[in-house]
Amino acid sequence: MSMLEIKNLHVRVEEQEIIKGLDLTVNPGEVHAVMGPNGSGKSTLAQVLAGKEEYEVTAGEVHYKGEELLELAPEERAREGLFLAFQYPVEIPGVSNVYFLKAALNAIRKHRGQEEMDAMDFLTYVREKMKLVKMDESLLNRPVNEGFSGGEKKRNEIFHLSVLDPTLAVLDETDSGLDIDALKIVSDGVNSLRSPDRAFIVITHYQRLLNYIVPDKVHAMVGGRIVESGGKELAHKLEEKGYAWLEERVAESELAAAPSA
Amino acid sequence: MGAVEHLQSEYRKFVDGLSESWPAALTERRGLAIERFGEIGIPSRRAEQWRFINLNAIRETPFRLPQSFNGFGADDLEPFRYEGCHQIVLVNGRFSADYSELGELPEGVVVASLARAAVDHPELVDEYVGKLAKFEEHPFVALNTAFLRDGAFIYVPRGVVVEQPINLICLGVPEAEAVAFYPRNLIVAGESSQVTVVEQYASLGEGRYMTSPVTEVAAGPNAVIDHYKLQRESTDAIHMATFQIHQQRDSNVSSHSISWGGGLVRNDVNAVLDGEGCESTLNGLYMVEGEQQIDNHMRVDHAMPNCDSHELYKGILEGRSRAVFNGLIHVHKDAQKTDAKQTNRNLLLSKDALVNSHPQLEIFADDVKCTHGSTTGHLDDVAVFYLRSRGIGEEAARSLLTYAFAADIVERIKVDSVRRELEEFLFRRLPKGEVVRQAV
Ligand SMILES: Nc1ncnc2c1ncn2[C@@H]1O[C@H](COP(=O)(O)OP(=O)(O)OP(=O)(O)O)[C@@H](O)[C@H]1O
Ligand SMILES: [Mg+2]
Repeated sequence: MSMLEIKNLHVRVEEQEIIKGLDLTVNPGEVHAVMGPNGSGKSTLAQVLAGKEEYEVTAGEVHYKGEELLELAPEERAREGLFLAFQYPVEIPGVSNVYFLKAALNAIRKHRGQEEMDAMDFLTYVREKMKLVKMDESLLNRPVNEGFSGGEKKRNEIFHLSVLDPTLAVLDETDSGLDIDALKIVSDGVNSLRSPDRAFIVITHYQRLLNYIVPDKVHAMVGGRIVESGGKELAHKLEEKGYAWLEERVAESELAAAPSA
Repeated sequence: MGAVEHLQSEYRKFVDGLSESWPAALTERRGLAIERFGEIGIPSRRAEQWRFINLNAIRETPFRLPQSFNGFGADDLEPFRYEGCHQIVLVNGRFSADYSELGELPEGVVVASLARAAVDHPELVDEYVGKLAKFEEHPFVALNTAFLRDGAFIYVPRGVVVEQPINLICLGVPEAEAVAFYPRNLIVAGESSQVTVVEQYASLGEGRYMTSPVTEVAAGPNAVIDHYKLQRESTDAIHMATFQIHQQRDSNVSSHSISWGGGLVRNDVNAVLDGEGCESTLNGLYMVEGEQQIDNHMRVDHAMPNCDSHELYKGILEGRSRAVFNGLIHVHKDAQKTDAKQTNRNLLLSKDALVNSHPQLEIFADDVKCTHGSTTGHLDDVAVFYLRSRGIGEEAARSLLTYAFAADIVERIKVDSVRRELEEFLFRRLPKGEVVRQAV
């Protein structure tokens, strides 16, 4: 059974259709890269998967582990193993990074019928995960993302990911703005989490990331639809040629589909 | 009989019933104060300083002097006693020797009832009481001065550090008929002395009454005073308070006003920075719900150069509650190099709650740094979504963010028992408080 199956998804944001009939299937163990120009709807897709309520799904279906994903509240999706690394991680003054993670992890564990972790076990567990993203211990006790640099925020997202141990992780431009060292750290973190029963959707603008996180499939998203899919060579092609050729193709097919006047 | 005439006739009963002897100047001041109250009356909403608060409940209740003190078990006091403190207890405005536990105080320090101090230290009482808070301008200070009889008197002589906080517990015990009482508290800290005072207002039982306290603080040169007020009375209670601070050079006073109780609450906090090098911190947190009304009126007078004042008041409103913040920083002509900051932030958790916030600056000096700001808003949806996307339930996410809003006030509380009290209150009040407890 596929892990995620999106069929003919249409999403409207403030009266405007942003996702216009999107199909995507992701199997356990796979890494899918989604590339596309600014405003093509990549983040909208990611946020819809995570359950953002302001986004209105007007048509289509999403099955996650065989369940109707769209029926679930955001926290239920998280507890079922879905994780979104935000393109713009949110600063939460007053809530400590580590205690917040503990509350989140315990909510997830409770849902899975596991025992809640006590403070000591949690700290041991978290220290191990921090090494994975080479995160400074001081960031643990700071408020979530507050005053973090751009790179620290992205690393913190991967740190959350590793602690919460999801089955499907969506990374929305986690590589954007990272220097090469940070990029390697983030990629190493992700690679170490790759496993036969976990899948990733990696949204990026840059082929460079895919040298480190080697995808099974690459998709080009244009105008709210996946218009081209292929192997990792597609990423090179997109980087070289840009998206104009795909945009033209979309325009042509739309013209052909429109009833002639 | 109208409310004002009624209170005037209660005043005559009060004066006739005074048995103890008082300094003549105080007796005279009582008379002037009731006269002045007669002139001002109970302000309507046309009065500039009372525009956004509805005092009908005071107008409509014939408050009497407390009569029958029924007593209660010492256990009832336990929630308000903080370990490692000198405890002084007032019941319906009167000092209670039975319930107070003053413990051992450093040499020369006086912690006593005002009535006692008037006999034992008439010179101190005469020098300070009624000199700082101006009854001429404020109806409830006038009432308090007219009915002045008891309260807490705290005197710390020059150079003395009082290590343990003084915990002043002002209990309201409702009687068969609505009563009003007027605690008058005085904190005098001599040069280079230091003291921490917790002032709590709590109710034992339900039923209407009014507390209208005045607390005066005189900080001598280089003195350090930390003051925590915890207003946690029942929502039947009316609370009309004035906190008046006078600071001499190099003194450092911090006031933390925490308020979640009372149905109708007014806190006037006034600080006069009357010497160079003063620092004044005025923080506050109010959390109201239902039909509660709270009005915080602040005034900071920078009378001398090189003083700093910082004000941060935060409010959390639910239900149909109302909050008023009115803050004035007044920088006098000679107060150059003033550094004054005033912030009021409000978080609305319901659509029917309402805030009127008016920070104001009046600056007559030209070389100063003054800022003020006010915000009122709802919880950030993006932040709620972010937390939920990590597995935190919606209620818990909202509670966590609400707690976080209050956190910087909570963290500034240096007395552990007060901070814990506030934390526990928040965990109790906020839905899914247990998750919040885990996460902070
Ligand atoms: N909350 C919103 N309100 C209104 N319009 C929105 C909102 N969110 C997204 N949009 C619009 O939807 C379109 C797609 O945005 P989206 O953020 O999904 O693009 P993207 O592919 O992630 O772009 P980028 O590569 O710049 O991150 C854009 O035109 C954007 O302006
Ligand atoms: Mg995006």
